Amino acid sequence: MAGRSNTARREAVRSTEAAAPSAQKLDRLVHERLRLGILSALSVNQALTFNDLKRLLETTDGNLSVHARKLEEAGYISCTKSFEGRVPRTEYRLTAAGRRALDRYLDHMEALIQAMRER
Amino acid sequence: MPRAQPVEIHERAIDNLRYIRRTIERAGSFTAVPGAGGVVMGSIALLAAWIAGPETGARWLAVWIAAAIAAVAVGAAAAALKSRRAGLPLFSGPGRKFLAGFAPAMLAGALLTAVLFRAGQAVLLPGLWMLLYGAGVVSGGFTSVRVVPFMGACFMAAGAAALLTTVTEPDIILAATFGGLHIVFGFVIAVKYGG
Repeated sequence: MAGRSNTARREAVRSTEAAAPSAQKLDRLVHERLRLGILSALSVNQALTFNDLKRLLETTDGNLSVHARKLEEAGYISCTKSFEGRVPRTEYRLTAAGRRALDRYLDHMEALIQAMRER
Repeated sequence: MPRAQPVEIHERAIDNLRYIRRTIERAGSFTAVPGAGGVVMGSIALLAAWIAGPETGARWLAVWIAAAIAAVAVGAAAAALKSRRAGLPLFSGPGRKFLAGFAPAMLAGALLTAVLFRAGQAVLLPGLWMLLYGAGVVSGGFTSVRVVPFMGACFMAAGAAALLTTVTEPDIILAATFGGLHIVFGFVIAVKYGG
């Protein structure tokens, strides 16, 4: 029993090692869960406000703010700040670079799954 | 203490793809409601109001039933087209949620239409249709962009007003709501949320 478990573990390690070069090419900026969520949500909306994203991704102000800023700094999303009456409004949009990054990431994930199936 | 099993990279990839899909489905709630389709549905209602006229007889009912069937077909086709453009299946999260909220009110409306018409109370039908259609849109569009449940609320308010007052010109009321409201809100949705 223990031997079979060790064999399975060795197989898992081998497959992880085999996929490692591909994994290293992953866009780490997109790979983080919340940032992936932000890009995915914006990919099907022309624009989303800070509050829309917070509600959708069920996260906190601080967390969303930090991750959105990282994506903004990378040029993957753009941010517009305005006022609606007296209430500040922050709106995010996906840039062309952001859409390309998300597409690349999706291709990467699919390629990894495909590679495992062909094994 | 037992050591955690390593997660294989392809399992993480599958999990990430599932997460992306879930997020897109939740974020893309607007895809279930077609703006351009709403404008066409409103135009069908205007045409039906013109053909049916103000007399609430069998012909009047037949015209409005035909208009409702045509509008549902147009709405479904427009929603399918919009979903395909967004790369989502029509009955994925948003579409399924909208249908689940919308269908019960429509079934109730169909049953009450038959009952009230047979009881000679056809004059109540415009108010009933607006109220139940509005309730279906509010319920189905609850998780959608705000303009969708707001449109439903407008239909409900118009329906309530029609039921609480004496409707003398049902064609004008139906043209203003099923025609006018659909065209106005359809235009807003198409411009603001695409398609």
